[in-house]
Amino acid sequence: MNGFIDKFTLDFITDDRWKFITKGLGVTLEVTALALIFGVIIGLIVGIIRCAHDQQSENERRGVRGAVLNFLNLICRIYVTVIRGTPVLVQLLIMYFIILVSAQSKVVVAVVTFSVNSGAYVAEIFRGGIMSIDKGQMEAGRSLGLNYVQTMIYTIIPQAMKACLPALANEMIALLKETSICGYIGLNELTRGGDIIRGTTFDALLPLFAVALIYLGFVMLLTWLISLLERRLRKSDNR
Amino acid sequence: MKKKILSLALIAVCMLGLVACGSGSASGDSDAAFTTVNKGVLTMATNAYFPPYEYYEGSEVVGIDAEIAKAVADKLGLTLKIEDMEFDSIITAVSAGKADMGLAGMTVTEERKQNVNFSDTYATGVQVVIVPEGSDIKTVDDLQGKKIGVQLATTGDIYCCDDFGTENVEEYNKGNDAVMALLSGKIDAVVIDNEPAKSYVAVNPGLVILDTEYVTEEYAAALNKENTALLEAVNGALAELKADGTLDAIIQKYIPAN
Repeated sequence: MNGFIDKFTLDFITDDRWKFITKGLGVTLEVTALALIFGVIIGLIVGIIRCAHDQQSENERRGVRGAVLNFLNLICRIYVTVIRGTPVLVQLLIMYFIILVSAQSKVVVAVVTFSVNSGAYVAEIFRGGIMSIDKGQMEAGRSLGLNYVQTMIYTIIPQAMKACLPALANEMIALLKETSICGYIGLNELTRGGDIIRGTTFDALLPLFAVALIYLGFVMLLTWLISLLERRLRKSDNR
Repeated sequence: MKKKILSLALIAVCMLGLVACGSGSASGDSDAAFTTVNKGVLTMATNAYFPPYEYYEGSEVVGIDAEIAKAVADKLGLTLKIEDMEFDSIITAVSAGKADMGLAGMTVTEERKQNVNFSDTYATGVQVVIVPEGSDIKTVDDLQGKKIGVQLATTGDIYCCDDFGTENVEEYNKGNDAVMALLSGKIDAVVIDNEPAKSYVAVNPGLVILDTEYVTEEYAAALNKENTALLEAVNGALAELKADGTLDAIIQKYIPAN
């Protein structure tokens, strides 16, 4: 037991080493939260473009609108293919060393990478959600005098959101944990905080378990929040 | 070609999801002869697991390299900013223009020279072998056929791969990781620079350094190939620091036996 206390003191108390963990946690949460927001925005836009393209009628395909949609759809498909087809670590390094060379803040590089990455996955989740809503819903909205955008905003997306919430929660959890690779570009997030302690004290056990527990705690918190939201959204279900 | 398409696609994607990428452009000071990545700041790239050259003390990176960089920055009228990263990223960071100077107990090699310019040397390093007490490895030659741990992309890594074959060399991101692997018996020996080796052995009872030295080499700062003006400025500052004894004083402070 004394051994444990000594190790604990060495790992976290000496030289205020716990600060690596708390500061790292702050960075991890910052990157995750921002990437989540931008990722959902990107995903929503890409998802809607993909659905709008796929759900056109034969007549619509031939018009100007169809041509524009075809083009946008092509770009979105390339985006999703490239981002889902390459490891996020490679994307992070490309972003840091090649594309955003002049960006001063590593947090910005991380947020851009994870937003773009998450956006591709979220787009497919939304596409699935929107496609799962019955065609009749759109027809009903349009025949009541709402235009396409209004029907989308007031009828389709709220229902789609509910349908894809579990998949979205999955993506959020994955995103939180994936940010642990930011150490590769020298961003001092949670995992790297633990790593720095490990590198200084030569003790692997406590820093790694501390970091793992913190991730677990936050994932459980996130899961709980999502389940609250799901319950709230289910209130309108008359089953 | 494929690479081009991929990077083009990524750029397109990047623009598509254009999130405030506050891009402070690489700026130059028109008055001074040299330029830095950030105006008025000397950005130093290092890997802070290399005592006594660079290591964490609290949340600060300290050590011989950190103090030399501080002295050089003072001479040039710049403020110093230290970026801690993986050792194998340092050269890339310097050549990509993310950092002005790589200062990490880095040895001058031909391969590295193709990507960066090196300053005049400021210290000598020796590659040594760390083994557990009572190991049957007594000399460098005994390493033949043993599992050797090194830090990725260091000269120890390069020499060991050449001399003992890549299949016998385990490459770790940090010197510390190699030492931890040695402690847990995953590998038989660690080849690393003398000074950090002493620090590692000091805090980890049960490890010893072999008396026979493996390779002797010279440390220098790595600078961007394009930025010869900064190279000259750094060399000038280093020469002054050598002349007035500051350099020796810094090394003496961290390596008393020297």
